[in-house]
Amino acid sequence: MNAKIRRTSVSVVRNTLLTLYALFALFPIFWMVLITFKSDSEMYTTTFLFHPTLHNYKEVLLRTDYFQAFLDNIIVSSGAVLVSVLVGVPAAYALARYKFKGKEDLAFTILSFKFAPEILVILPLFMVYQALGIYDTYFGLIWVYQLITMPLLIWVVRGYFEDINVEIEQAAQLDGYPWHSVFLKILLPLIKPGLVAAGLLAFIFAWNSFTFPLLLSGFRIETVTVASLKYIASDTVHYGQMAVAATVAALPEVILALLIQKHLVRGLSFGAVKG
Amino acid sequence: MQAGLINSDTNFSKKPFLVKARPYLIMTPALLITIGILYPFFTAIFYSLTNYSFRATTFRFVGLKNWTQMFMEPEFWHAILVTGKYALATTGSEMLLGLGIALLLSKESKFTRLLRVLLIFPLMIAPVIATIIWQLMTNNSVGILEKFLNLFGVYNFPWASSAKTALLTATLIDVWVYAPFVILLILAGLQSLPKSPFEAAKIDGGSAWFTFRTLTLPMLKPFMYIALIFRLMASLQEFAIIFALTKGGPGNTLMNLSITGYTTGFAYLKFGESLPYVLTLWLIIYLISRKLVAKWLLVQKTAGGN
Repeated sequence: MNAKIRRTSVSVVRNTLLTLYALFALFPIFWMVLITFKSDSEMYTTTFLFHPTLHNYKEVLLRTDYFQAFLDNIIVSSGAVLVSVLVGVPAAYALARYKFKGKEDLAFTILSFKFAPEILVILPLFMVYQALGIYDTYFGLIWVYQLITMPLLIWVVRGYFEDINVEIEQAAQLDGYPWHSVFLKILLPLIKPGLVAAGLLAFIFAWNSFTFPLLLSGFRIETVTVASLKYIASDTVHYGQMAVAATVAALPEVILALLIQKHLVRGLSFGAVKG
Repeated sequence: MQAGLINSDTNFSKKPFLVKARPYLIMTPALLITIGILYPFFTAIFYSLTNYSFRATTFRFVGLKNWTQMFMEPEFWHAILVTGKYALATTGSEMLLGLGIALLLSKESKFTRLLRVLLIFPLMIAPVIATIIWQLMTNNSVGILEKFLNLFGVYNFPWASSAKTALLTATLIDVWVYAPFVILLILAGLQSLPKSPFEAAKIDGGSAWFTFRTLTLPMLKPFMYIALIFRLMASLQEFAIIFALTKGGPGNTLMNLSITGYTTGFAYLKFGESLPYVLTLWLIIYLISRKLVAKWLLVQKTAGGN
């Protein structure tokens, strides 16, 4: 009897604590989406019950250049991931399969890019970009985003290559397949789920990047993370529109994240934790 | 070293140059792209010895002046303090909360399975956007937290606008975004633990606390180190949350090294003077990360039982 009471009370405490954390983690998102439908006049007077309107969405998406920022964000983020996949996947393969001098040093150098303070990279880069004429261009942003997307892709994809038994490769080679068809027809299909997940996570990281687009672009090209700042700074505050800006910037990421749940831990830890 | 590496190192004389060079050739594009972007990093050291300014067209060599000036600046020591306080407050809370929630979530039930999916939402949201969400939440005229605190008789809680509560507010946002990161990593660790030592401990009648301290925690250590490394390195250089929240204010309350470097370089346009700040930050991060990575490799070995 006593043990049963104890077990029940433990599970009650457990679920209460988890519920509290869930509220903390999820309520802000729920509330943000909720007030996107609230008009400015009802913002001060109502809490949960009000007359929903799409006015805020119309204002932000049709009357400002926020939609353009959304497109810009898609262009630079997917461009960055594309470049990283094209050059990073072969590099990951080399790190996984070949034994060569300085291998681990190279791998750690690539990883260290992730930990370099962004602001330290930006200060000198700002001058270089001005001099080269790539400041505020898609090219410039896609290039600097490599510091975000490349280490992630190389480290995670390297792990997926290492998971494949090398005998599969050797058997194919013995059968007379040239190296490129071994790579394209046998290896790539095997790592595809992991590669897609790593690519999507890299896309999310690039999408969320703030310091790079803030300081290396901002006039012709603007990402949503930078464009959303205007809603904080403006004097006449339209809270509903601020919420729309945040929602439009956040929701694509949340949806993408749901697609890659299984691979998420592995990606987030750069392959260190094989979740 | 795993078995079955393609060995391009042995049989040197027999292999043609192109075969030996193949891994390097494959890696060259990736390295060129990333090193191209890091070249400015090396010039940063040079420019930190000049009086380069975005306002003037010429600059000259000033030796260590920027560095000595920085060390005499009270703002610098203040920035070091803020950097440390912010990193400690955020990483500390995230590790504790992360461990606690991960332990609670490790029990299988419908609720915990659902929660494991939902809690990744905040983590995927850009820190700047998260800051906007929390500015809406903590806004004193329309924010829901104000209405909530009113129920307890607290009115106009100052949040980010007061020097006393600004760090707390920034920490809250940081924890909201990144605690799920720590939870996910530790949870993955918990789920990978072998069953048999725990069954043995149960048979031996060890208390829950004893099992946790002597079995669970040591085996979780590698996972906790990974989480700690990632979070500490990022929180030491946090820019987005603080910038979007107060730009370092009120006054200089939240001016960490990143924000001070940015302000000196881009707001005051004193480029040469701003570099010692960010180079110092880099040095701190570099030294700490080396120590922690070495420690991680060590605990990984111990936990693996080798």
